[in-house]
Amino acid sequence: MVAVEKLGKCYHLRRTEGARYVTLRDAMAGAAAASVRWLNPGRTAKEATEEFWALRDVSFKVTQGQVVGIIGRNGAGKSTLLKILSRITEPTVGRATLNGRVASLLEVGTGFHPELSGRENIYLNGAILGMTRAEIRRQFEAIVAFAGVEQFLETPVKHYSSGMYVRLAFAVAAHLEPEVLIVDEVLAVGDLEFQQKSLGKMHEVSRSGRTVLFVSHNMAAVNALTTRTLLLDQGEVRFDGRTAEAIGCYSQLAVQARSQGISGRGGHTAIRNVTVVDAAGSPVVQYAPGAPLRLSIVVETDGSPRLSIEAFLLDSMNQKLAMASLHQFEGLTLPEQAGRFRLTIEVQPGWLASGSYSIDVTTSVVNSSWDHYVDHAATIEVIASNPGGHSWDFKHEYGYGAFAMPCVGRPEFALVGDDE
Amino acid sequence: MPLVIEPGRSAAHYWRDLWRYRELLSFLAWRDIAVRYKQTAIGVLWAVIRPALTLLVFVAFRRMAGLRQSEVPDVILVLAAVLPWQFFASALSEASSSLIGNTSLISKVYFPRLIIPLSAVVTAFVDFAITLVMLAALMAWYSVEPGARLLALPFFIAQCAVLALGLGLLLAALTVRYRDFRYVVPFSIQMGLFVSPVAFETSQVPERWRALYVLNPLVGIIDGFRWSLLDGRASIDPAVVAGSIVVTLASLAAGVWYFRRTERGFADAI
Repeated sequence: MVAVEKLGKCYHLRRTEGARYVTLRDAMAGAAAASVRWLNPGRTAKEATEEFWALRDVSFKVTQGQVVGIIGRNGAGKSTLLKILSRITEPTVGRATLNGRVASLLEVGTGFHPELSGRENIYLNGAILGMTRAEIRRQFEAIVAFAGVEQFLETPVKHYSSGMYVRLAFAVAAHLEPEVLIVDEVLAVGDLEFQQKSLGKMHEVSRSGRTVLFVSHNMAAVNALTTRTLLLDQGEVRFDGRTAEAIGCYSQLAVQARSQGISGRGGHTAIRNVTVVDAAGSPVVQYAPGAPLRLSIVVETDGSPRLSIEAFLLDSMNQKLAMASLHQFEGLTLPEQAGRFRLTIEVQPGWLASGSYSIDVTTSVVNSSWDHYVDHAATIEVIASNPGGHSWDFKHEYGYGAFAMPCVGRPEFALVGDDE
Repeated sequence: MPLVIEPGRSAAHYWRDLWRYRELLSFLAWRDIAVRYKQTAIGVLWAVIRPALTLLVFVAFRRMAGLRQSEVPDVILVLAAVLPWQFFASALSEASSSLIGNTSLISKVYFPRLIIPLSAVVTAFVDFAITLVMLAALMAWYSVEPGARLLALPFFIAQCAVLALGLGLLLAALTVRYRDFRYVVPFSIQMGLFVSPVAFETSQVPERWRALYVLNPLVGIIDGFRWSLLDGRASIDPAVVAGSIVVTLASLAAGVWYFRRTERGFADAI
């Protein structure tokens, strides 16, 4: 049984971007600044951190043997929830009670070492996941058979194909026998055949009376494995109930989030709404690579001259990938007339890898400064990307980049002599 | 018994958990040893070559500096100090960098984090055990016989391990937060070699510096090694040993305290 009561996790984000860790110099400078503030309370420096609640007021109960899905967009708090339940990080408030042995699988192959053989890695990974030596020994044959790596047991895993590697890693994890299993997105790996096999194994696990918390972006898998699903949004539980309804709610939420207004304004302008739309002008969440990307931007202006609009495409790590600019690229400016306008632009972002992207939109005073900068004004999801038309899905998370570079024309071979 | 997760709760059952995860400790230590020797061409020989070269340098130094010859051959006198020094230095440097070297484990799996620096010390101990064999061989060669005082050697070995663990825990936790310590640690270890009685003996340190000198806890450990191994041919000051034990225990207490205090934030900070 799992009982979660009013669980919350607050991170203190540093305003400065870049390095995640502080240096000693920063700490000393901070201490010096703090002592100056203390001596001179009139002049308070602006705090360098801001609070961010990754998870807020989350409560739910899971009875023994229930398999519960957890869905939500990137950054909705799913991973934070799993990390707290796995005891990797502590909650800021609230409590969770778990009965029985807990095992969590947030990644396949954690602790795998490329220099060690398959056999050695099975023992190492098993120990890391919390199995005892005796348990691993008992399950060893089953793990090897499931992964199908019998002939390569003594080979260092660095010589394994990526498919074999993932199969072995999943196989170890699949043979954990905890009462409570916490799983994050592990079915998204391996080839289709192995995914089916893993799904089958998960089915088996869920039928064996174990409690499973299962996070996935793969709605088909969530639907197949669970009857109950939690929908997380901005760190809160938005829906808790039947899986089919949760999935419906999830799609709705995604569209809704985008159609809500934007607050704040700049000196001359205010961006009121940014929506990704299809050819007919209705809001969409998904984007098929290759097609033009249509943005509908509602903007208010005071009619000043030399105002432009820029849009940036960002990946899930908040890295800017591409820019569109009304003035710099198209030679246009906002109308020199006060009022509220709808701007529709169509851009060609190239062949995007599958993943989640967001779009920052800003108005600007040409060649001078941003006027109203809106972070994450819109988001798009690329569900599948296969520029070659093959079955391989080019995912952004593989780390091969955000764009495919399909060849223009047919690649040509020509036989050349040795001297070339 | 149900597992309760609450803010500040990670302290409960910590030591029991540490015991439960002892197999992981041996697996991690074994991994580090296996990987090290798989990646190198001459493998385990490295454990011997490093102290052997240090030994040569210091014996040559003693000759050139014209340091008073004792009745014990220089080779044995110096090696009896190089061994604990090298054990301490490699245990400390590996323990200090152990947390940032295992980022993926820390951010993906729960276990008492203390296991990571602990396994680094265990790994260094294995190398040390190999060099002990080398020392035994050289002592036999020079026919230097240890006496009953040899029984005290395990105590000084344990003290060396505890000191390295204590400081290692402190530095490992500090390194997670302040990466500056990645540069501080190797430098300090390098300096430490010169302020420890490796190339010389404590009795050769001028009297007026002695009081300050014995604050270095390695003085007690190295003197202890010589005293245990060289049967009556090396002197020892009980006050030095006592001071060294106090500093060692204080290091352990400080290390465990700071490590435990910051541990719950490792996954967020690393």
